[in-house]
Amino acid sequence: MLDVSIRRKLGGFALDIAFQAEERGVTALFGRSGSGKTSVINAIAGLSRPDEGHIRVGDAVFFDSARRIDVAVEKRRVGYVFQESRLFPHMTVRSNLEYGLRRVAAAERRIALGPVVELLGLGGLLDRRPRGLSGGETQRVALGRALLAQPRLLLMDEPMAALDAARKAEILPYIERLRDEMNIPIVLVSHAVDEVVRLATTMVLIADGRVVAAGPVGAVMGRLDLSALSGIQDAGAVLDLTVERHIDADGLSALAFDGGRLTVPRVARPVGGAVRLHIHARDVIVALSPPSGISVRNALPGRVVAVAESGPSSADVQIAVGGSFLIARITRAAVRDLDLAPGREVVALVKGVAFEPDLIAPGPRRVVDV
Amino acid sequence: MDLLSPMEMTALLLSLRVAGWAIVGSLPLAVLAAWVLGRYSFPGKTLVDGLVHLPLVLPPVVVGYILLITMGTKGVIGGWLLQTFGIKLIFTPEGASLAVAVTSFPLMVRAIRLSVEAIDGGLEAAARTLGAGPVDRFFTILLPLMAPGLLSGAIVAFAAAMGEFGAVITFVSNIPGRTQTLPLAIYAATQQPDGDAVAARLAVISFSVALVALMASEFLARRLRRLIGQG
Repeated sequence: MLDVSIRRKLGGFALDIAFQAEERGVTALFGRSGSGKTSVINAIAGLSRPDEGHIRVGDAVFFDSARRIDVAVEKRRVGYVFQESRLFPHMTVRSNLEYGLRRVAAAERRIALGPVVELLGLGGLLDRRPRGLSGGETQRVALGRALLAQPRLLLMDEPMAALDAARKAEILPYIERLRDEMNIPIVLVSHAVDEVVRLATTMVLIADGRVVAAGPVGAVMGRLDLSALSGIQDAGAVLDLTVERHIDADGLSALAFDGGRLTVPRVARPVGGAVRLHIHARDVIVALSPPSGISVRNALPGRVVAVAESGPSSADVQIAVGGSFLIARITRAAVRDLDLAPGREVVALVKGVAFEPDLIAPGPRRVVDV
Repeated sequence: MDLLSPMEMTALLLSLRVAGWAIVGSLPLAVLAAWVLGRYSFPGKTLVDGLVHLPLVLPPVVVGYILLITMGTKGVIGGWLLQTFGIKLIFTPEGASLAVAVTSFPLMVRAIRLSVEAIDGGLEAAARTLGAGPVDRFFTILLPLMAPGLLSGAIVAFAAAMGEFGAVITFVSNIPGRTQTLPLAIYAATQQPDGDAVAARLAVISFSVALVALMASEFLARRLRRLIGQG
């Protein structure tokens, strides 16, 4: 487990961050630029020193001001993928990849060059210099280099911020494979909602040097005060579902979660596979009873948890559906007419679903009415 | 007829040897000074920076004079060297090397420091996260990346060392075959009634050596930059 609790004063800016993350999966530190995200991972890496607090990864204590522990960067064994990659220009891709590997005792090497080269598709690049690589290739090499240093923890500072949409789509699947196939916790700094929704298991919202919300991505994204906390405009819940069955005749797939079932255009995942959907608030309609004679196929019974104003005429309604949450953005007039208040039983009609049709193959986000 | 008389040949070879040893000997110190001045800030940095650059602005004769009184057989350091190791610097080629090493030192440090400062500090941070300690980083990241600056700095300093006059003549005098380098030989020739031709030939040699050195420095630096993926 990653356990971070640090305080640091930087001129007029005070950083006061505490969060914990699982041994596996991606923890996304999300916030506006200048909120202190990068300072946090620099402190984890040891590139900056907190005034007080502690940083622990599993059994290893990196920093503990009370016990006067401050392990040197080069002894922490954290893989760090920088925004601007920082490949060594005077070395080939192979030498870059092996730089960290060579500095780990042979007995402690668990991750070998071959599998990493294959995982990240670097086979054709090994003898080239960083100068000749594309942005996406560069970041893949940087990922591989960090991985081969046999890290206890992988840190990524906006690894896709310098890439255009196409290059980003090229590298995202590799990060997903890394997340799913390597048993290394990842801390990802990002200010892009789509990246976080797609990659993260845990989300830590940071604003002005403080943690304002933290938890599973679904729970954090389902908060009504999200846009106030983070500036995220395209509010909408994130649901994790599994493929129940494919309905080949209609080209549909039935997805199940603890709050019910959604039918969506066929997803290229096997039955039992995991699918994550991002359901925007404006695509959710609230009804008091299951309607008939309409085209919307997905109706999920739930209960209103909270109602909050979200604009001059609109309101966001948070609806508990099983253990998950949906958000519906409707007019305030509708809130009044339907008498929506916490505790009210409703039916959430899901009009559109934004989803990743295939978590492995790169592709643009698709929004589909269902 | 030979291109150069034995006396001229002696002066040329002596100059090359004196300047060569001066550069080889002072290079590690120059790299160290450039690295420390280019990468770290510490109390007294301005003073150290000033001391390194002092030979550039001091009259060379003053440098020679300071060497004479400190490194001479009765000087504090010179006396100690003579008694402990039997090393005598004054009136010797080694002394000439020391004199030109001191005067060309700032040139070398400046060139190397510029290339140290041009290296992205982020690369060293990346190397740290990959497990490289300070010495490791110096040899695997900094040294290769500063190589072009180091090389051109060394060659320019070598050319300047070949031409040093004041510090050499003041410290080790003008002894043919021992301390009479090219510029000193030219000076000696101009003092002879029939020395014009000798002086002219030696001047042409000096000119050629300097020009070749500068061109070689430029060429090699460009090649090296390409080799390390930065040109």
